Amino acid sequence: MSEIPADLYYTKEHEWIRMDGDIATIGITDHAQDALTDIVYIELPEEGDVVDDMGEFAIVESVKSASPIFAPLAGELTAVNVELEDAPELMNTSPYGDGWIVQMRLSNPDAVSGLMSADDYRSMIGE
Amino acid sequence: MSRLFDHNGAPGKGYAQPKPLLDGSELSLPDNLVRKNLPRWPRLSEPEMVRHYTWLSKRNYGIDTGFYPLGSCTMKHNPRVNEVIAQLPGIADIHPHQPEHQIQGLLSIYYEMQEMLSVCAGMDAVTLQPVAGAQGEFTAVRCFQEYFRHRGEHQRTKVIVPDSAHGTNPASAAMAGFEIIEIPSKVDGRIDLDALRAVVGDDTAAMMITNPNTLGLFEHDIAEASELVHGVGGLMYYDGANFNAILGRTSPGLMGFDAVHYNLHKTFSQPHGGGGPGSGPIGVKQHLAPFLPTPIVSRREAIESEQEQAVDEFWYTWHEPEHTIGKVQQWHGNAGAIIRCWAYYRRYGKELRTMSEHAVLNANYLRHAIHREAKSAGVDHMFVDGAETVVAKHEFTLSLAPAKESLGISAMDVAKGLLDMGYMAPTVYFPLVVPECMMIEPTETESKDTLDTFAEDFAKVLQVDAETLHNAPITTPVRRVDEVYAARNLCLHHPFDE
Repeated sequence: MSEIPADLYYTKEHEWIRMDGDIATIGITDHAQDALTDIVYIELPEEGDVVDDMGEFAIVESVKSASPIFAPLAGELTAVNVELEDAPELMNTSPYGDGWIVQMRLSNPDAVSGLMSADDYRSMIGE
Repeated sequence: MSRLFDHNGAPGKGYAQPKPLLDGSELSLPDNLVRKNLPRWPRLSEPEMVRHYTWLSKRNYGIDTGFYPLGSCTMKHNPRVNEVIAQLPGIADIHPHQPEHQIQGLLSIYYEMQEMLSVCAGMDAVTLQPVAGAQGEFTAVRCFQEYFRHRGEHQRTKVIVPDSAHGTNPASAAMAGFEIIEIPSKVDGRIDLDALRAVVGDDTAAMMITNPNTLGLFEHDIAEASELVHGVGGLMYYDGANFNAILGRTSPGLMGFDAVHYNLHKTFSQPHGGGGPGSGPIGVKQHLAPFLPTPIVSRREAIESEQEQAVDEFWYTWHEPEHTIGKVQQWHGNAGAIIRCWAYYRRYGKELRTMSEHAVLNANYLRHAIHREAKSAGVDHMFVDGAETVVAKHEFTLSLAPAKESLGISAMDVAKGLLDMGYMAPTVYFPLVVPECMMIEPTETESKDTLDTFAEDFAKVLQVDAETLHNAPITTPVRRVDEVYAARNLCLHHPFDE
């Protein structure tokens, strides 16, 4: 059983979204980090980048595979967790905390209602 | 692990070289380019060096020492007669710069190989230049690009790949400058025609796909997929990595493909592993032939003055295709690999069909044998087939997800356990669409005994407790390597003693 905090939104690409006003913090779920196994590298975007809904904004590499990370919604990146460059393992050890990847200002904050709830995500991954 | 630099021998050096005929001052080399200090070569004597490499070779594992079921790699036995032919002085001693009239024999072999490869894949023209499958892919998509430029169809910027594709497909297309559109597979691992239909359009340059696919399943909708892509003016690319499964039974040409690469080192026997040397010729239909890399071999009837040097009634020449994309490799590809594979093809001819049949038979037999042995050992609950299918082609996938969930034993742990049983482990974690994937390809050159023993040993590994497997392998010269550390600390520098 992986950890799925109730107060977050989720995507079918295994990302979580924490909302604070119109700012969304984005990371990968506990289930995702477990499936990826040890993360060894992340290619991060730049602060200020504008991303489309479902636009690819980062690449996470584990010893098993390389996976793109997609923006759940459109917006502008307001912060990038550069600590991950030296410590990508934070995504394994603290996926919902220090392992966050980016923060973005959503073009349309109301669109988060179209994302999955914790319960939806739990049933999607079959837990 | 011992390294050459660990053998420091006596002070001084362990080798001797004759004094050079000219010293630096006589060569009028610029001062800054003349070496001031001796290179820091290892200080070994010849016997020490021989012992070092013999020591290393004894720790090696290959198809010549044991079963090597590495999925997607077709690690088959390479008949030794191929080596004998490749080493004939008239072939081995040729320099790639020799003029045509001195290498008519080699050129005739190249020509014959081009023709034979065209025939078996249902193509019209072949270049032998690329030296790896991925380079073949890149060469082909570059030919596509020139083809579209030539037709003024500059808007064709997208290449479609299924999510189960070999990673090289999107990588090759991206290197050529195309945008990659990934489409999901159906639940059974096969191509989803609806997903394909949704993405094709007048910006479609090509679709790249392998058949049988990476799950070892034949894509029975391939003709419809070709029609869809051709219907919007795109091209179909066949990744030949799995050609071993269909050779002589059907062909990429029949399935509607416009281009194909051959992994000579897989399908046609050529020692590989450890990075090569490979050979990745490509075949194309007539409309793409003018764009092939230069040169390819063509022939005409020999005239009277040439007859003394001709090897048959033809005269073979290097030929530049009309709108060639240029060269993709120096000289003429990996000639040694091409010769070995030509020898193999000539030896078996139409019997190669039997080769594919046996490759498929062996894969299916092994799949059933593994299920049988696991069932009788009571460990069949630990894995499931990676794809629902009655018949696989030349390889198959297993998912160790049940073992991971219930016992914490991953596909990697089982792979390491197999090392302790004296095997090369199957491919793991590929294709990515199968969780805890293990991909097994026995090839046609293994006997029933070998397959039975492997199946028994596979079941034995599944009976080992999780803690032991987490520490496996314990019998290999190098125990479990720290992949995470290696990936996070990329450092290949060897510190020299000063």
